Amino acid sequence: MSDTFFSGAPHWTWLIILYFFVGGIAGGASFLAAVLDWFGGPEDRPVARSGYNVAAVGAIVSGALLTIDLGRPLRFWHMLFQSANLPAVMFKGWSPISFGAWAILAFGLFSVLAALGGMAEEGRLHNPTLRAVGGAVHGGLAKLVGAVAGLLGIFIAGYTGVLLSVTNRPIWADGPWLGALFLASGVSTGTAALILLGRRRGATEQALARLSAFDTKALVVELLVLVLFVASLGSLNKVWVSFWGLILLVGVVAFGILAPLWLHLQRRPVASAARLVLLGGFLLRLATIFASEGIERYRVTAGM
Amino acid sequence: MSEPMGFFTDTTVCIGCKACEVACKEWNQLPAENGGVRELSGDSYDNTRKLDGIHWRHVRFIEQFKGPYDGRWLMMSDVCKHCVQAGCLEVCPTGAIIRTQFDTVVIQSDVCNGCRACIAACPFGVIDINPVSGTAQKCTLCYDRLQVGLEPACSKACPTDSIQFGAIAELRTRAEKRVAQLKSQGVAAELYGASPTGPLGGLNSFYLLVDKPEVYGLPRHPELPTANLAKSGGLSMASAAVLGLLAIVGLRKRRMDEQGRGGPGNV
Repeated sequence: MSDTFFSGAPHWTWLIILYFFVGGIAGGASFLAAVLDWFGGPEDRPVARSGYNVAAVGAIVSGALLTIDLGRPLRFWHMLFQSANLPAVMFKGWSPISFGAWAILAFGLFSVLAALGGMAEEGRLHNPTLRAVGGAVHGGLAKLVGAVAGLLGIFIAGYTGVLLSVTNRPIWADGPWLGALFLASGVSTGTAALILLGRRRGATEQALARLSAFDTKALVVELLVLVLFVASLGSLNKVWVSFWGLILLVGVVAFGILAPLWLHLQRRPVASAARLVLLGGFLLRLATIFASEGIERYRVTAGM
Repeated sequence: MSEPMGFFTDTTVCIGCKACEVACKEWNQLPAENGGVRELSGDSYDNTRKLDGIHWRHVRFIEQFKGPYDGRWLMMSDVCKHCVQAGCLEVCPTGAIIRTQFDTVVIQSDVCNGCRACIAACPFGVIDINPVSGTAQKCTLCYDRLQVGLEPACSKACPTDSIQFGAIAELRTRAEKRVAQLKSQGVAAELYGASPTGPLGGLNSFYLLVDKPEVYGLPRHPELPTANLAKSGGLSMASAAVLGLLAIVGLRKRRMDEQGRGGPGNV
């Protein structure tokens, strides 16, 4: 039996699962938006703008979810500043939850700036202050802000899995692949969100086809990492002989990865595949969190 | 800094009276569960079952019976191990968890915001949320009592001296003598967590066991949670690099192809 079975469950449930899902989409969308900004063409700009919008909304929702989930939500700032020693900063570079708190703050700031820049470009900002801020973020500065938002985004997509690995919990800490898996899933779900939104935001068919082609590759990477993650668990894989194992196999692998891959290869409507990718991304977080949360120390010790 | 202080728990003399649990609850004013209406476990005389935010001491009952006349009870008063290298302290993002002058580990309830990272980080499953405060809580090794020269409530109440409090160096010497005494009587006694060169740099609450650690609900090789950080972080970065390259190369290639065909890339 793994030593991780003697630890206690941290009660990270629905709000955290939602955060991992939303944060992954936001991070993946921001990363892709930055790549499109730097390496795409002018026809990709509507998709990039949507990417920053998804990132900004996702970052704000993520912050809200994390705050509500705290046992003492009004003390959320204790993660950023030393409560008894203001204004000293609270930061532990070796603790994913600590540097994650700062990363979300920075990601929120840069993705909102990038989103305001895009909205100013579209002439959608009516508030004078926001228009001034958005107007300032253009040209080279917009690309720079987008690059920082993209880098922070890919970090946000992946650090959640690293955070789970840096515990002593079953499944999460029994293999090193969870960060890479969540990152790949964040990128594939972020791309899927952009495929769905891009259509409404005036993205060309070619731009959507490029996104779809990239999502196919991201899904292949995700599937490979998922196989490596499961393989790294070794004999511990018996934990998947459960409802959560069924969700992982059917919901994530079959519906969330293989079905959209098949749809992409058959050149079927990209929206259906994108919806399945989003479903798979959510179920991946659901299965990995609840499979571990369900293992209670005293039950194991008591042989129950 | 004072001399490192802690507990040596000799499980062979524990009688399962749970006086330590009661003393801990009383001194630390820990609330009753479910308004004092406790559900019985139904399969054990132990109805507390585990350590959590309102049970900082727990006497574990282990029944080992092969038949009606062939068996034994093992009892162990479990508590926070006050690890020399503490996983909870390592990951706590608010700085609520501190190491005291007695080399013990304490959660400051007025700083903790209930993020619960410490719960998942502890290899022993010691910490949990106290539903009254909304913060993570565990044994403080009676930090308030230690500061005024008093012994922790649990060891003070223990009627058999199964829980012994004192300076770690002295407790180790005492524990080794007791192990030698038991071994001379044919008992397979071992110390758990007593060695400063062992896992987590040693535990400031260590145990004398007469069976495998797992039988008592203790991990054989407890680790710091950050043991996974470099590998997990490195693989995530590698995955990001692969996806980044795929995105850049793929997007540019398709764009070039479209430009070659006179598509929108030429606009």
